[in-house]
Amino acid sequence: MSFVVKIKSKMPITTFIIVSVIKTALVLFVLLTAVAYTVWLERKVVGHMQNRWGPTRVGPFGLLQPAADGIKFLFKEDLTPPHVFKPLYIAAPMIAVIFAVTSIAVIPFGNWFSVGKFRTPFQITDVNIGLLVVLGITSLGVYGVALSGWSSNSKYSLLGGLRASAQMVSYEIALGLSLVGVLILAGTFSLRGIVEAQAGHFWGFIPNWFIFRGGQIFAFFIYLTAAYAETNRIPFDLPEAETELVAGYHTEYSAMKFAMFFMAEYANMITVACLASLLFLGGWSGPLFGPGWLQQLLPLLWFVARVFGFLFVYIWVRGTLPRFRYDQLMAFGWKFLLPLAIANLVITAVVVVLS
Amino acid sequence: MLHLILFSVFGFVCVAGAVNLLLQRHPINSALSLVVVMGSLAVEFLLLGAEFVAAIQVIVYAGAVMVLFVFVIMLLNAGEEERTSGSRVAWLLGIPAVLAGMVIVCWALLARSNAGVAAIGALPGHPADIAQLLFHQFLLPFEVTSILVLIAIMGAVVLAARTESVARSKRED
Repeated sequence: MSFVVKIKSKMPITTFIIVSVIKTALVLFVLLTAVAYTVWLERKVVGHMQNRWGPTRVGPFGLLQPAADGIKFLFKEDLTPPHVFKPLYIAAPMIAVIFAVTSIAVIPFGNWFSVGKFRTPFQITDVNIGLLVVLGITSLGVYGVALSGWSSNSKYSLLGGLRASAQMVSYEIALGLSLVGVLILAGTFSLRGIVEAQAGHFWGFIPNWFIFRGGQIFAFFIYLTAAYAETNRIPFDLPEAETELVAGYHTEYSAMKFAMFFMAEYANMITVACLASLLFLGGWSGPLFGPGWLQQLLPLLWFVARVFGFLFVYIWVRGTLPRFRYDQLMAFGWKFLLPLAIANLVITAVVVVLS
Repeated sequence: MLHLILFSVFGFVCVAGAVNLLLQRHPINSALSLVVVMGSLAVEFLLLGAEFVAAIQVIVYAGAVMVLFVFVIMLLNAGEEERTSGSRVAWLLGIPAVLAGMVIVCWALLARSNAGVAAIGALPGHPADIAQLLFHQFLLPFEVTSILVLIAIMGAVVLAARTESVARSKRED
């Protein structure tokens, strides 16, 4: 069997491996730090919304609080209750974190980075089915939640796990369908291709983002709502509601395993925010100025600004809205969001065909 | 060379997952082995150059169908299987017969002239090509399949509703 690989860059294979390892390490480091500081951001923002300070003691503005929390989780006693189903109990948080962190591999953060003759994109790998890879990994992330709830062998965990997996599976459909409108407009599954399809301006100053020019404003809101349900955040966080289910599917977990569930949840939030900025808000487009090296780094800044905006909205919604009851939640997903997503898809397709 | 190694590794993982599915006593372990089988099948599709089918295999099979399997096992609290001592007929006649059957089928398939060689990219793998085939050449099978799935869903709803109304009428007696 002959194997033909279209290698886009003309790098030798060792350079490619070294560059990929460096990029992976860098992206992983930035992602995990971002997860820790998203927790800090949430505590500060929700605190200020509730007219209190949030963490202020540890470091200036409480900025070292995530470090303190990390050390606390490492040193806490890691209990394994005797009644759990051990193999899955230990594997479930690992599954959750692995799938939460893997999908960052296909997400582009900026344009190309070139130094002399060496050129590499600001992305670990540009797969030509990048969006499907992210959706697939999101689908697989349900296992971490479902298995943790079941393996804990306790009624609150089981109920939380069942609710969470049913909710995540239901809202995945609306999530996927809301993105098909974007795909019809862009014509490619590759995330870099979708961003490049949103380049330029129309009517002089309005950027060509899919939310404006493509008319995907409804798809944007459907995507955001479905994403809140996928990541189990308020107003859809019944699976981990403190007042209802003790702590839902992570009741029986302590110390590092509990921290892994937290990391998985915030990493999912960041992935969703990255996807929303890539697919609807034009990725990394923004004014470029200054010398050459600054022009390569500025798209990163614009991308991070968008992601930060989305995370802020996530936290803002968390501090504001009450939680859905479970039957309201399921009815909303199946009877409202799904028909709306399909209608958006049909209208987008008709408009594209007619124009 | 790397291609052959990857193919063998993931083929082995697939078969090992399938055998593990049969050997495990607890249904949840069997379900998770089946997820491993689906995942390695997706990698095999990828190795053939069918990237869209690989992604859809992960999204639909490993990510939705198997999640529902796991969900049902969790909901119905299916416990560990009981193992009987097994029948000697199965060991003496069954397993050799199955192996002989597999050998005959493999030999019949490989004896055809173009079997056993899979070229990457021989069949359309790009999503646009698959979409062209699906909505132009194979439109009727596509629509018929969706109606079949709709009938299955309706059947499931009717069955679930019937047991509920039977239980309700029994309670009212």
